[in-house]
Amino acid sequence: MPSERERRFVGPRRGQLIFAVGFVGLSVLLISQITTQTQWVEKSKFFAQPRFWPAVGILGMLALAGLHLYRLPWWRNTRYDWWEARKWLTVLEYTGWFMGYVLLVPVLGYLPVTLVFVPALAWRMGYRDKQMMWISVGFAFAVVILFKSLLGVKIPGGAIYEYLPGALRSFFILYL
Amino acid sequence: MDLILSALEILMRWDVALALLAGSVGGVLIGAIPGVGPAVAIAILLPATFSMDPIVGLTVLLGIYGSSMYGGSIPAILINTPGTAVNALTTYDGYPMTARGEPRRALSLAYSSSFFGGIFSVVCLILFAPVLAKIAPMFGSREIFLAALLGILLVVVAHRGQSLIAGALACFGIFLQTIGLEPVKYTSRYTFDQPFLSGGINLIVVVLGLFALSQAFVLLTSDDEKIRLTKLRGGMFQGLRELGRHPRVASVSASFGVLMGMIPGVGEFTAQFMSYTYAQKTSKRPQDFGNGSSEGLIAAETANNAVPAAAMVPLLALGIPGEALTAMMLSVFYVHNVVPGPGLFQNQMDFVVALYLALLILNVLVLIFLLVATKSLIQVVRIPNRFLGVCILTLSFVGVYSLRNSVIDCILAAIFGVVGYVLKRLSLPAVPIILGMVLGGIMEVKLRAGMARVKEPLDFIDRPVAFILFLLIIIVLLVHIIRVLKDRKELKEAEWQTKTASTRFGGLMWRRRNSFLKDHGKKVRARHSRLLRRLTDLF
Repeated sequence: MPSERERRFVGPRRGQLIFAVGFVGLSVLLISQITTQTQWVEKSKFFAQPRFWPAVGILGMLALAGLHLYRLPWWRNTRYDWWEARKWLTVLEYTGWFMGYVLLVPVLGYLPVTLVFVPALAWRMGYRDKQMMWISVGFAFAVVILFKSLLGVKIPGGAIYEYLPGALRSFFILYL
Repeated sequence: MDLILSALEILMRWDVALALLAGSVGGVLIGAIPGVGPAVAIAILLPATFSMDPIVGLTVLLGIYGSSMYGGSIPAILINTPGTAVNALTTYDGYPMTARGEPRRALSLAYSSSFFGGIFSVVCLILFAPVLAKIAPMFGSREIFLAALLGILLVVVAHRGQSLIAGALACFGIFLQTIGLEPVKYTSRYTFDQPFLSGGINLIVVVLGLFALSQAFVLLTSDDEKIRLTKLRGGMFQGLRELGRHPRVASVSASFGVLMGMIPGVGEFTAQFMSYTYAQKTSKRPQDFGNGSSEGLIAAETANNAVPAAAMVPLLALGIPGEALTAMMLSVFYVHNVVPGPGLFQNQMDFVVALYLALLILNVLVLIFLLVATKSLIQVVRIPNRFLGVCILTLSFVGVYSLRNSVIDCILAAIFGVVGYVLKRLSLPAVPIILGMVLGGIMEVKLRAGMARVKEPLDFIDRPVAFILFLLIIIVLLVHIIRVLKDRKELKEAEWQTKTASTRFGGLMWRRRNSFLKDHGKKVRARHSRLLRRLTDLF
């Protein structure tokens, strides 16, 4: 049966200890680097020192996260904590998809990569019927038209566009 | 009057009209889709607005901010899932109304209340603007530093039960903004000799990671839900009449929204909580609250919609954002070299009034749109979760990559996306990180400037506004400490009540001291020892 302290804890139990330990660990790591990563300038006021605000931030992190860790109702990781940590790692797959998209756009161009990326990820997520595939393609097309062609956001044309003939080349680089 | 005319002149442009339309319709749509809040949409659209005029860009963002809560009430009422976080209280009374067959009444009441809240706050602030213009110049470096400090403190203490970790995350934000080349002495801070860190970590990259990418990851790793929608029949105008029967609840709730919106770090949740509590306490039928009370719905929706206009006050008057959405808007100002703060109120008052008028028009547009298009609009809640995740991931790319065409920015955003995902899984707040970054930067600059003329520590608070702010900081801290001690006492009492065995002999003796000292206790113990003696004599 959970104790009163456990019942009053805001948020789920799983993963809290791992996060708190990790956060305190990061703070310790950062504070250990403060003398090498910041400078103390002579003849400068204390509050104007370049080291002052990083120190405020890291000491605050260390003190408050340390207290948070100390006040946690659990001091031992259970298998649920490790399952939770494994769940965190599952998103690395999607960061991989995102980074792949980022790296391919400057090479193959925004429109072609988006037209492949959205249906491919939708397929990966289990939407395999024709209707969803067409919706994915439509969405991809609409995003490119809205942002690059109409709003003119700064996304460079793909290197592959260089091989296109004259007027088409500049049209693709500018709008697609 | 001249001021309003010149403000109208700023708004009389086709691109502003288009921005108003796009902001209002887009905001309602975004709000109506559970899982996509205004923060995600604003984060994605932010870089796209940099190429627009400040008034156009801000109108789009304000439109999304102001109208998303209207849209958020639709799934809250129809499927018991708030469209945006601030619509959570709407589910208390909105969904029970749907369950008993009154979805149309609930929706129309929610729209009318939201409209009243929005209009009330804008009118209040337009009337209040000349006063603000007089007060704002009283804020020098020290006062802005103290106001920013107060803002951070309020954000931290607002997370009840999580204030320690919220404080740690705010400090993490303060640390993040110090990374890079320090602007006065030109020394590098925590760059680890990496050139890409010399320019610092961009706020928008962090915002996109923590809000947009993390939300995409949450949706991609979740399951699709089967949604049953209730059919809507008939008109949507009855809510306006019903709202007219509760003018007191509506106006008090809107006033709470305006007041709480103006205080940095407090926002919609506190305003809603206060107005809901007030409405329940003063109602003739308090037992109906939580079971489909029209007053409860009015209180919740009026209060949350009164906040957006009021939240612009600390941003415009002092340059201090009170929450994540206004923090994002601050970057739009900076990109266009419009520095919000006392100077803006003194020199560009027409711009400020134009923004408020834009909000006013926006509320009218949203109400018309919703009254006409709700029946078709409710279909957006059917979009499957994971497909929504695919869409947000695709749109996040536009936000991050279009900023500087930098792969490093994308990597950083992905890292913050994972951090945001972990925070969401643990129900920890990400907002303190953003406010720590924004307010930390303001505090660094203002403290340096403010300390230049300070010889003794008390000189820092020798001006009236600075002294009041200092007192407020002390009061907030004291109230928080008292609340923590009270919570601790309650916890101890609850633990003692549920405890089955004493752990300390001394403690046991101390608790039974009355029994030992009083005559009755002595008699009981004598009887017990007599019985025990008889028992031992048997053996």
